[in-house]
Amino acid sequence: MIHSLFLVNPSGDIFLEKHWKSVVSRSVCDYFLEAREKALDPEDVPPVISTPHHYLISIYRDKLFFLSVIQTEVPPLFVIEFLHRVAEMIQDYFGECSETVIKDNVVMVYELLEEMLDNGFPLATESNVLKEMIRPPTILRSVVNTLTGSSNVGDKLPTGQLSTIPWRRAGVKYTNNEAYFDVVEEIDAILDRTGTTVFAEIQGVVEACVKLSGMPDLTLSFMNPRLLDDVSFHPCVRYKRWESERVLSFIPPDGNFTLMTYHVNAQNLVAIPVYVKHSINFFESGSGGRLDLTVGPKQTMGKTVEGVLVTVHMPKTVLSVSLNATQGSYTYDNATKVLVWDIGKLNPQKLPNLRGSLSLQTGAPKPEENPSLNIDLKIQQLAISGLKVNRLDMFGEKYKPFKGVKYITKAGKFQVRM
Amino acid sequence: MEWANQLCENRQFGSKMTDSKYFTTTKKGEIFELKAELNSDKKEKKKEAVKKVIASMTVGKDVSALFPDVVNCMQTDNLELKKLVYLYLMNYAKSQPDMAIMAVNTFVKDCEDPNPLIRALAVRTMGCIRVDKITEYLCEPLRKCLKDEDPYVRKTAAVCVAKLHDINAQLVEDQGFLDTLKDLISDSNPMVVANAVAALSEIAESHPNSNLLDLNPQSINKLLTALNECTEWGQIFILDCLANYAPRDDRESQSICERVTPRLSHANSAVVLSAVKVLMKFMEMLPKDLDYYGTLLKKLAPPLVTLLSAEPELQYVALRNINLIVQKRPEILKHEMKVFFVKYNDPIYVKLEKLDIMIRLASQANIAQVLAELKEYATEVDVDFVRKAVRAIGRCAIKVEQSAERCVSTLLDLIQTKVNYVVQEAIVVIKDIFRKYPNKYESVIATLCENLDSLDEPEARAAMIWIVGEYAERIDNADELLESFLEGFHDESTQVQLQLLTAIVKLFLKKPTETQELVQQVLSLATQDSDNPDLRDRGYIYWRLLSTDPVAAKEVVLAEKPLISEETDLIEPTLLEELICHIGTLASVYHKPPSAFVEGSRGVMHKRLPARTGSGESTESPDVGTIAGGSGTETAPSIIPSQGDLLGDLLNLDLAPPTTTGPPPPTSGMQMGGMDLLGGGLDSLLGGDIGGSAAMGAGFGAVPAVMPASLNAPMGGGLGDLFDLGGGVGMPLGAYIPPKTVWLPAMKAKGLEISGTFARRAGVIQMELTLTNKAMSVMTDFAIQFNRNSFGLAPAGPLQVLSPLSPNQTIEVSLPLSTVGPVMKMEPLNNLQVAVKNNIDVFYFSCQYPISMLFVEDGKMERQVFLATWKDIPNENESQFQIKDCHLNSDAASNKLQASNIFTIAKRTVEGQDMLYMSIKLSNGIWVLAELRVQTGNPNYTDLEISVKCRAPEVSQCVFQCCEAVLKN
Repeated sequence: MIHSLFLVNPSGDIFLEKHWKSVVSRSVCDYFLEAREKALDPEDVPPVISTPHHYLISIYRDKLFFLSVIQTEVPPLFVIEFLHRVAEMIQDYFGECSETVIKDNVVMVYELLEEMLDNGFPLATESNVLKEMIRPPTILRSVVNTLTGSSNVGDKLPTGQLSTIPWRRAGVKYTNNEAYFDVVEEIDAILDRTGTTVFAEIQGVVEACVKLSGMPDLTLSFMNPRLLDDVSFHPCVRYKRWESERVLSFIPPDGNFTLMTYHVNAQNLVAIPVYVKHSINFFESGSGGRLDLTVGPKQTMGKTVEGVLVTVHMPKTVLSVSLNATQGSYTYDNATKVLVWDIGKLNPQKLPNLRGSLSLQTGAPKPEENPSLNIDLKIQQLAISGLKVNRLDMFGEKYKPFKGVKYITKAGKFQVRM
Repeated sequence: MEWANQLCENRQFGSKMTDSKYFTTTKKGEIFELKAELNSDKKEKKKEAVKKVIASMTVGKDVSALFPDVVNCMQTDNLELKKLVYLYLMNYAKSQPDMAIMAVNTFVKDCEDPNPLIRALAVRTMGCIRVDKITEYLCEPLRKCLKDEDPYVRKTAAVCVAKLHDINAQLVEDQGFLDTLKDLISDSNPMVVANAVAALSEIAESHPNSNLLDLNPQSINKLLTALNECTEWGQIFILDCLANYAPRDDRESQSICERVTPRLSHANSAVVLSAVKVLMKFMEMLPKDLDYYGTLLKKLAPPLVTLLSAEPELQYVALRNINLIVQKRPEILKHEMKVFFVKYNDPIYVKLEKLDIMIRLASQANIAQVLAELKEYATEVDVDFVRKAVRAIGRCAIKVEQSAERCVSTLLDLIQTKVNYVVQEAIVVIKDIFRKYPNKYESVIATLCENLDSLDEPEARAAMIWIVGEYAERIDNADELLESFLEGFHDESTQVQLQLLTAIVKLFLKKPTETQELVQQVLSLATQDSDNPDLRDRGYIYWRLLSTDPVAAKEVVLAEKPLISEETDLIEPTLLEELICHIGTLASVYHKPPSAFVEGSRGVMHKRLPARTGSGESTESPDVGTIAGGSGTETAPSIIPSQGDLLGDLLNLDLAPPTTTGPPPPTSGMQMGGMDLLGGGLDSLLGGDIGGSAAMGAGFGAVPAVMPASLNAPMGGGLGDLFDLGGGVGMPLGAYIPPKTVWLPAMKAKGLEISGTFARRAGVIQMELTLTNKAMSVMTDFAIQFNRNSFGLAPAGPLQVLSPLSPNQTIEVSLPLSTVGPVMKMEPLNNLQVAVKNNIDVFYFSCQYPISMLFVEDGKMERQVFLATWKDIPNENESQFQIKDCHLNSDAASNKLQASNIFTIAKRTVEGQDMLYMSIKLSNGIWVLAELRVQTGNPNYTDLEISVKCRAPEVSQCVFQCCEAVLKN
């Protein structure tokens, strides 16, 4: 099981360690730091590293490495999932997950880690259970605590800990009862040079914010549930009902949670909302080149495309760019060789264009590699797969809740080859 | 405005309240100051001080000097302070064991607290204090907590047993905690069940034989019920535990699969992958024509695809596992090629894995798409990735024959880009394509030759030189090209030098007239100016060959080469099977068997996929499954790891590698398409496990000689057990022949599995071997040799394996043995070290023969001689043994023993005891005398007593074991 945890910042300093069994010397991290040195990017450090006596499993998240040490055969996914849970817990408690925040709250983080794992076995990872054991910090509470000497640690056994619905605590009360659902879809796509789709899929997620009193039992149904053949659910969803009736039936956790994620990869169902006309040429002599980019809307279902941002990874030898944008602004970072063009809202009448010249390092040959272009975008009030919520019903409680559903489409890993 | 000021102050106050301040005090007297604060009267000050101590601890500072002061704060009603002190204790108790005793009383008291949270906290913390003296005090509170009324305490206590076991395993066993833990599997609370399973699994890992997780249909049912109700982590433990169960028949297997399938939609990827493991394993038992089988296959694809949209670290682990899954069951993901397309911002470790899987899924149907992608990748920025992409194009050409032409032209396009590393990589793979499809694509040689100058990596240079040498007759200026390499001969790497030497010799043999000078130059460079022994040796061999017999030289050097196989990196089927049983573990990430690398797992069991068993043929005894799956390693064959010094004299065996003139192995046998793999795997499974697990219970005792040949090692233990049960069931009279056991498992011998036994037939000792080829290529050129041994056993003839052994084939061979070989005393006495050679390698193993093989037929002593000898042998040479539970009367025993050349000379009945006097003569002339006492008066007393007397007392033990084996059959 999980033996120890080290938190390492990007410069390689270990700023927190926690051991659940005997103490493992932090020198074990040297193997990891060595791998870190070798990798070009922090993202490229392999997640599983073997050392003579231990295995190191790590994740890179929020510019921090969460590094766990294990000694016996343990499912690596279990460890990785747990590490992500730690990061989420810190985010949840302190609003962000960063070295500063962890250092500011080191004792509480330490107490939380102790609650999350016992002898390497997960003990309590549900946010609502943890929050009953160790109350999240607020300015007011810390003042009160200092004055009265009371503590952040709950002394009652959390109610969710052992019930069959560990995700919900008993006795929740709200004056305004509300349940909001966000259907968020991200398009992952690769378009080739001619604009043809090489690969496209939609990663969808239904995020919920449920603030309802008591023990509400909800049922959410869709207009077109047949779209959803590849789904994963929050543990609260009753799988049997989904199998037989294609409705989501569940007693929700209190607050924010991810109700389900889904995946649409039938190629014909994935609409591509924008197109890019691009040309990039380098002169044979090798002194420079020209770039010309135009972005326009394609299949947008009549909605406006907003927040368009184009990122181009230039060949290493491109020294500077001199471009002219008809809309938005651009920046070029010579260190990372990344050109970012922030367009904003897409106007179908007047398509944004970026063109101009590129200059290469003196003496450098014509670049060999093809640059690649990534697009960010947002479309409000649209789930690009066409998924629509039909209705939300509540059982088990008498009051009438406020209900709402929002749709949004974004670009995920949306890549155009040049 | 006052409120605003207030807020500002609060904010300041708030920021002062953060823990960063703990990091700022690094002054010299820090410890001293903390000491004073810890001993303060004010509660609040104390707590702050403990917090500071903890903060220092988390960043790795040594604050162990404060131990007594911190422990003094333990007696408190403030739960937070208590928890903080506990945190400190867990870290430092080990360094201050005597001080830690001070804490015991508080722990014991807390275990009685009315608040379950405090009870649980106490038992949990106590288990983390790894001090022997404390563990003694832990037992009583733990026993209480395991039976606590509150499930939260019970589930915490379950984990505590695992902790305690880690510190002191004996104590846990003596105190009976393991049984209590097993009882918790039937607990009413699913969380308690899950933790009990987790604790038992961890304990079982260090005790592979303990059979702790005794799985039967009832307990499986309990687990499946708990599975639906426990937390995500608990589900992982339960699923991993389920995967070890061996269902009795296909119906049970299907019902488990049905109940596990909903887990595939879980949000936690570890749950998903553990569920995939269970399904992949149990699926093996389902009939292929079942509708449900098809449904299950379809259900497996979406969750695997979903794993690929998770965080990159999760993707990586998923991809390593998918790599195994597509090798075992390519049909699951054959339509999902596109999800493996590489994205620009994937981390490099994900990119490389995706590439691997793309090649595995490549087929005629999708090859165009794959090639277009690979070509795209070949122009990316990351050099490592580009190289692998170019190699991948070559692998596609070799894998999908119809695409070879397109691949070659893609490679030529890439060579035209003139990007240095792309060109070099392309040339290396084109060499392989030439070897796979000879005389087909040689037209591209001209293009390759144009790039000669840009090659600066040894592998690419060597490949190019190989091409020039191999096709010297078609390249007009081959001599010039090779000569140009020769100029800097000494600066080249060995790889290039060797290749250059061979290429020039080839050239000479093809165009002898104009290249005489060149060949002489290279030979002298290689033999005289080089200090590399490999190069010199090869140089001399060529020189000698060319000077003595040029015709022979031509036959050797220009021999037709065996074609390279399609996929060289497929995992060997037996290993693949084991890895499928370990999906989701580290083993699956490293693609190595768990025994190969996980430290601290003493004797990991080898897992195998279950065989398909029809419900009709299931056995009465539900235990068979557990025996087969959970039996120990005590009978695991001992493999001699490497050529140790005692094997020195084995080396006179002909170990030379087969020469290139040998016949090329038939390539048709290597068509490792997905279906073939599957079929093959299943066949061998059917041969092995059905016989082993189902048929064994019923018909075993009667037919030990037809033991399934490919029985694997751990099953040996189970066999032994069953053997005892079936004792005395209609054994035909004849010499005792032990059942075949696996001597050399396939995993240790590159796919060759050897099982065997010994028999004595008509005075001739025979070694009966079953050879099974579990590798993917043909095996030939078998030979066998023994090390010197106690009784001079040696093969009396060569090993008669006439035809080559093709993949998945099994043959039975009898090897007559003589007893005139060299003698060396072995430990144990009947140990035999054997070396077996085939075209692949030499393998060593050791086995033990029953000493009865050496009992000669003229072993009946005259009565008088017997009496005299018995008296003559000193009494200290006499040893006594007991044979338990043997239901034989003296006549039956006598007959049985006689069949194995143990002769009864006289019989006497005294006071309800039959005394049999027996003599044995060993092949080396040693006489052994024995007295066997059989109770006749008392039917309940079934033990036999035997006294053995011999001038060489070291054989007594062997003789006894042998008698026992003979009598019990």
